[in-house]
Amino acid sequence: MFWEPDKETISREELEQLQLERLESTLNRVYMNVPFYRRRFDELGINIEDMQSLDDIRRLPFTTKNDLRDHYPYGMFAVPLREVVRIHASSGTTGMSTVVGYTKNDLKTWSNLVARVLTAGGITKDDVIQIAFGYGLFTGGFGIHYGAEKVGASVIPISSGNTARQIKIMQDFKTTALICTPSYALMIADTIMEMGININSLYLKYGLFGAEPWSEAMRNEIQDKLKIVATDNYGLSEVMGPGVAGECLERNGLHINEDHFLVEVINPETLEPVAPGETGELVITTLTKEAFPVIRFRTRDLTRLIPSSCACGRKFMRMNRVMGRTDDMLIIKGVNVFPSQIEHVLFEIEGTEPHYEIIVDRKGALDDVTVKVEVSESIFFDEMKKQNELMETIKRRLASELGIGVNVKLVEKKSIERSEGKAKRVIDLRKI
Amino acid sequence: MLRLKNLEAGYGNLKVLRKISMHVNSGEIVTIIGANGAGKTTLLKTISGLLQPKSGDILFNKQEVKAFPPEKRVFLGCSLVPEGRQVFAPMTVRENLILGAFVQHRRKQQETVPKDVDRVYALFPRLKEREKQLAGTLSGGEQQMLAIARALMARPKLIMMDEPSMGLAPLIVKDIFEIIRKLRAEGNTVLLVEQNAKAALRIADRGYVLETGRVMLEGTAEDLLMNREVQRAYLGRDLDTETKI
Repeated sequence: MFWEPDKETISREELEQLQLERLESTLNRVYMNVPFYRRRFDELGINIEDMQSLDDIRRLPFTTKNDLRDHYPYGMFAVPLREVVRIHASSGTTGMSTVVGYTKNDLKTWSNLVARVLTAGGITKDDVIQIAFGYGLFTGGFGIHYGAEKVGASVIPISSGNTARQIKIMQDFKTTALICTPSYALMIADTIMEMGININSLYLKYGLFGAEPWSEAMRNEIQDKLKIVATDNYGLSEVMGPGVAGECLERNGLHINEDHFLVEVINPETLEPVAPGETGELVITTLTKEAFPVIRFRTRDLTRLIPSSCACGRKFMRMNRVMGRTDDMLIIKGVNVFPSQIEHVLFEIEGTEPHYEIIVDRKGALDDVTVKVEVSESIFFDEMKKQNELMETIKRRLASELGIGVNVKLVEKKSIERSEGKAKRVIDLRKI
Repeated sequence: MLRLKNLEAGYGNLKVLRKISMHVNSGEIVTIIGANGAGKTTLLKTISGLLQPKSGDILFNKQEVKAFPPEKRVFLGCSLVPEGRQVFAPMTVRENLILGAFVQHRRKQQETVPKDVDRVYALFPRLKEREKQLAGTLSGGEQQMLAIARALMARPKLIMMDEPSMGLAPLIVKDIFEIIRKLRAEGNTVLLVEQNAKAALRIADRGYVLETGRVMLEGTAEDLLMNREVQRAYLGRDLDTETKI
């Protein structure tokens, strides 16, 4: 099933013409309307009129998450605010976030692209979709929501959390498709078992999962436990949100919506393109975004392009499921967390030492984070109450900074292993 | 059907088109909108061969036509309805039409010409009424109809129109756009250059917005109509009086 068959089966030659046209008009618009790009192109002596082909994009500079942050909140917008009808921000809160905007046309495009991904994953207008992504500044909830409505499915905007209620609604509302993070899907599956509910009494058929890395093993487990067909989809708020790429029922790589996004895979060290099919960092240029276009955005996500054609008939190139990150960002419960955010909070709290360790593990299906931090000796000799107070303060501050709850453990000075050179702050014990 | 890649053109040292890439698929109405001096007419002149591009490609049905003279391009099926009609004033309506069929002679298919004349008369009954009248004595709207009819006589695959609504009364403009819509319904492909952006976008499938020789926006006509920048610049909507931030 296709949502836009004529576009999804476009020939390579026609696609490349379209991409070139759209790239050129995007470059014209960012040069005209976004001071950041104009300044940077001018500084590097790049004349966008010299661009002759899609490959010439390599002559343009990369855009990084830091560039976006430096222009917080609206500095990277290519249209005046009055044309913006929706604002989202990337997960990872206060100060660290990136604000993105959408015009009316952007929202239309977005819901269309999500509709493509949903349709590729098996969804039709007859489905009852339970969207268990968080609604709010995070693009996941609303992004999928509008696409699902476009498809004409019955949408249950339940948002994330409260697993027992999720399951009750799943039973009562006869949910046929579940949308959430893969780890939450597993959590739901395990809870269903614990509650002694027969999975065959549910109506679930499809699950579309994204927002965090997962594995084939996890897919098999979800499919077995929930008795559904599970597909992977990919997106990031800096580029649009969900809808950038998604798997078809072949479940063999994610089709990239190439008529709206131009992708490259680069070696994160040399910044040169990798050989076709090799693993590297995904770089995305938007081709149709009006409010928030990005040129050569470094996603920091590691993947590879799959050059062969897909049995489903879609002509869009596929990418492998995301295999990891090129920076130290952790994705915990679907939320982006940088160790530097945690460090920043710890440094601001009196009584802590600049030595800490972040331990990420998976308890059941859910991520579990423990921050171990050294505290000054005096506290250990002091009363218990003071220790507890400090622990609560750290917990509260971290929760408000990161947007997720973490465990905190206070340890004695010098109990965290010191390393020569670069400290290893993060211990990720998750097996996915 | 038509594909342009990085087309650059101008007059002498003056660069008018700065790298235009665009395409027209068979059966579409594609419109190019833009202010005076954006390069719209220059673009049509370059496609039809009246002006040589400095660089870039013009592919018509996958064939590079850059080196071909204008008449060869008409022969291949690419006809222009020029700005300001340019009908042959001292000749009758019928004579104008027969001249438009010159490529049918070259194709050795002149026997189709009377039938084609009848066909365009069916599309423009007014022209049949004025068959024997000198073209110079027609009203502006009638001259525009004649210019379109003359282009159709070459049995084009792609009809390019340069400002067909220019200088015409609003009611006539409506008629002309109705005719363009009809042409598409009959399977024709139209590349329409217009300053009357609203009317053009209403009948078009897709559009390109030209500014100082560059494509600033492209998209479906529906999307362009919704774009606030297009609304402000080309559709006469005064956003500044609507909202203040």
